[in-house]
Amino acid sequence: MMGFSRGQAVAFLLMTALVVVAPFVLYPVFLMKVLCFALFACAFNLLVGYVGLLSFGHAAYFGMGSYVAGYAAKVWGFTPELAILAGTLTGTGLGVVFGWLAIRRQGIYFAMITLALAQMNYFFCVQAPFTGGEDGIQQIPRGRLFGVISLQNDMAIYAVVAVVFLFGFLLIRRIVHSPFGQVLKAIRENEPRAISLGYRTDDYKLVAFILSTAIAGAAGATKALVFGIATLTDVHFAMSGEVVLMTLLGGLGTIFGPVMGAFVVTAMENYLAQFGAWVTVTQGVIFVACVLAFRRGIIGELGAKLRLAL
Amino acid sequence: MFMILGYPAPLMFGQLLLGLINGAFYALLSLGLAVIFGMLNIVNFAHGALFMLGAFVAWGLLEYLGIGYWVALFLAPLIVGVFGVLTEKLLIRHLYKLDHLYGLLLTFGLALIIEGLARNQYGSSGMPYRIPAALQGATDLGFMFLPNYRGWVVLAAAVMCLITWLVIEKTSVGATLRAATENAPLVQAFGVNVPRLITLTYAGGVALAAFAGVLAAPIYSVNPNMGANFIIVVFAVVVIGGMGSILGSIVTGFGLGIIEGLTKVFYPQASATVIFLVMVIVLLARPAGLFGKAA
Amino acid sequence: MEISRRALLGTAAAVATVPVARRARAQANTIKIGVLNDQSGPYRDTGGPTSVICAKQAVEEFQSKGFNVEVIAADHQNKPDLGASIAREWYDREGVDLIIDVPTSSVALAIAGVSKEKNKVHINVGAATSDLTGKSCSPTLVHYCYDTYMLAKSTGGATVKAGGDSWYFITADYAFGQQLQKDTTAFVTAAGGKVLGSSPYPFPGTTDFSSFLLQAQSSGAKVLGLCNAGGDTVNSIKQAKEFGIKMRLAAMLMFVTDVNALGLDAAQGLVLTESFYWDLNDRTRAFTNRVKAKTPNNWPNMIHAGNYSGTLHFLKAVADMGVAEAKKSGAAIVERMKKMPVDDDCFQGSIRVDGRGMFPSYLFEVKKPSESKGKWDYFKTLVTTPADQAWRPLNEGGCYFVTA
Repeated sequence: MMGFSRGQAVAFLLMTALVVVAPFVLYPVFLMKVLCFALFACAFNLLVGYVGLLSFGHAAYFGMGSYVAGYAAKVWGFTPELAILAGTLTGTGLGVVFGWLAIRRQGIYFAMITLALAQMNYFFCVQAPFTGGEDGIQQIPRGRLFGVISLQNDMAIYAVVAVVFLFGFLLIRRIVHSPFGQVLKAIRENEPRAISLGYRTDDYKLVAFILSTAIAGAAGATKALVFGIATLTDVHFAMSGEVVLMTLLGGLGTIFGPVMGAFVVTAMENYLAQFGAWVTVTQGVIFVACVLAFRRGIIGELGAKLRLAL
Repeated sequence: MFMILGYPAPLMFGQLLLGLINGAFYALLSLGLAVIFGMLNIVNFAHGALFMLGAFVAWGLLEYLGIGYWVALFLAPLIVGVFGVLTEKLLIRHLYKLDHLYGLLLTFGLALIIEGLARNQYGSSGMPYRIPAALQGATDLGFMFLPNYRGWVVLAAAVMCLITWLVIEKTSVGATLRAATENAPLVQAFGVNVPRLITLTYAGGVALAAFAGVLAAPIYSVNPNMGANFIIVVFAVVVIGGMGSILGSIVTGFGLGIIEGLTKVFYPQASATVIFLVMVIVLLARPAGLFGKAA
Repeated sequence: MEISRRALLGTAAAVATVPVARRARAQANTIKIGVLNDQSGPYRDTGGPTSVICAKQAVEEFQSKGFNVEVIAADHQNKPDLGASIAREWYDREGVDLIIDVPTSSVALAIAGVSKEKNKVHINVGAATSDLTGKSCSPTLVHYCYDTYMLAKSTGGATVKAGGDSWYFITADYAFGQQLQKDTTAFVTAAGGKVLGSSPYPFPGTTDFSSFLLQAQSSGAKVLGLCNAGGDTVNSIKQAKEFGIKMRLAAMLMFVTDVNALGLDAAQGLVLTESFYWDLNDRTRAFTNRVKAKTPNNWPNMIHAGNYSGTLHFLKAVADMGVAEAKKSGAAIVERMKKMPVDDDCFQGSIRVDGRGMFPSYLFEVKKPSESKGKWDYFKTLVTTPADQAWRPLNEGGCYFVTA
């Protein structure tokens, strides 16, 4: 199936089964949050895990996707699927501009330039009237899918979120395992070599960047619909840091890692919320522990144990 | 009254001077970052947290031990420096063979831990720290009232920058350091204990942050977020100046302080963002920063 | 040194099991109160753990009248989306009946929305925006003890009357600061004063206000209005003193807890408005004596007192209508709260039909260090505005269910 190895196919079926069963056991709104972040982290991982580009400003695409989708649904009365599409296109457009500027630099410089661009985007969001400033866009309607099916019920919208997530997930997997994805990995391993083999690596990097930002935009848009709110949190620097945390914890450059990372980080934030600043401390400890002892992340370590590429 | 760009001249002079004061903090902090990056190849995201720690140590010394400002100015950097030695030996040391990005992520985690703990312990509305008696009051410069303490900050920061620059560029220790940055195995072969040199460099850079923290304590309240507010801006300063360039970070620190100060008059909302605009432009035009060597 | 992965894994596993143990289901005979506020950020001391302590104090003093009361708390980190998702989970899964406190206007508006959707009670104590009883009003919401209008009227109006007729604002550039500036401007101009200019600064993240202070001074205005809160206000005041700014300072939103952080030396002579002060009268002193052992470093301000009083008033209404009836509808509880007078050691007054708590407001002046006789002895009362004049008139708010 789609070029999955057997281990991966099993893992994928397991994940799909969990996605289907989970809302009957756990709180669906929480799960939807996990799925949105998981998609966001997968998009981020496409860039850092497979091209080796660490973006320190990915919140810009996630957050703008969320704002535009929210605005479209609330003010223009877009149906949910069109609102998500609008968010995706926003991520794409922003990715074209920012990516074109950023991919000229590498390593730390790339991280810093994406950070700077995201900070400028944040400033724009604070100032622009359509974002509602500090209040954000609130009371975004979930609306009716295709204008017909009401998504007011948590289970109904869960189904939509699950489909968006699984579609995005498979898309990323497809990209990674395509010939295009192979070139990306070659660039990650040795860019000069890739250039000497005749690949225009900048073009490849730009396309990967745009794909990543487009999917991040879709994730943000979906989150806006689920929670009915789009705010500065989504474009803030802390969000950029959080998606790094998720991906690192789950496993850089693994297919399932970001999903796992998103689940753990979101759960932690939910359950530790009552302990105040301990959330921050715990996140810090996880960062340190991951970098020092678990550089492969949860899924990466698991994969190594099972001798599988997950 | 004579005017500059439609604003009264005294106001503009005042703003330039204020920009310089802020620039002094940027310069001190980015200097430490630049030294650390040049030597360890670590982007020290914990720098802001250590700056905050410096201010907290100064506050703690006064609160619990009755030790005043002038002693704290030496003691706090020392204490934070020792903390830096431990951090380097226990944590950062494991990352030298890896990509830069891991160093950035580790220190980012460290910053979260330090800030979270401080917030848990002390809340976040901040604790007051008095200006030392000798520096209280203000001097009338004609165009503005300059608090003596702020004048001292610019002076102390400038002297400290100069000392650091001299040590690195003009002494034999500095020469060894620079040599080790270029080619560590070779320097090691000459019998220099490079790992220890690295540890001390990190401690030194961190101590500079703590020094800035003590300087800042009487101006801003001592609060757990004070470093987080600075750190991203300081990064921008280092990148614009050219990563690892000592002179670059000093000049850029003061320069950006002034640019930011002027923005506060014309378009105050953007004063936090203008630095990033400069950064993007500089990085696109001169990838290695204003004073950096091309890679 | 090698870090043992097994040890790390073990610790992680142990930590992971902790949250699972909890999770009690909603019970028919238990009223559950959630205190949702900033437990770790800039508003920790103005609300934070002390709010939780005060809500628990109310529960303790109320004593069980045939039903159990449980208090839980969480940190919304001043993020509207995080706040909204905690509120949803509390209502959906934890069986929470009341969410109280919620500082930060943007989060408050989000919680008000969720509470209305779920027909549960939200008593807002910590947030400033007067929209909560205006265009964003809700039948399940009570806004307890302060808002931007009341602050602007008390501090702004009194200052102009005392001769401060030209103003310059230093304003945190977000919804709350802008609204406070707008409301204050209205009172200043209505009283015959002028606004000469303003410096909106980036929020959050600004720590150096000296540039704006110099601009304020060169404008020639007599009064400097600070439309910000928490640490920003504290820093602006400190720096104004440092730069020898001769203008009169009006801190548009400041609490006794901020004065404590600032120290009397820097804060003396400031005027500010609160609707509660621990040393107002015998009843407020009695209340403070009961709670101060539990929060020795952070004595109650009006938000803390509001959490106590709001919780108590809510419980009285629930007891009055019976738990079974109360559990059915948040709007009905609020309806009942509006019919009953508020009377406890902190606040005496009523809840108006749009949800506005109607209590007197007090204009305080911060004492000189020489006048202060003891710990937390910070304020002297300048003006008392009676409840019927302190707040925005009912017909000006634009609340949709208020029929004129």
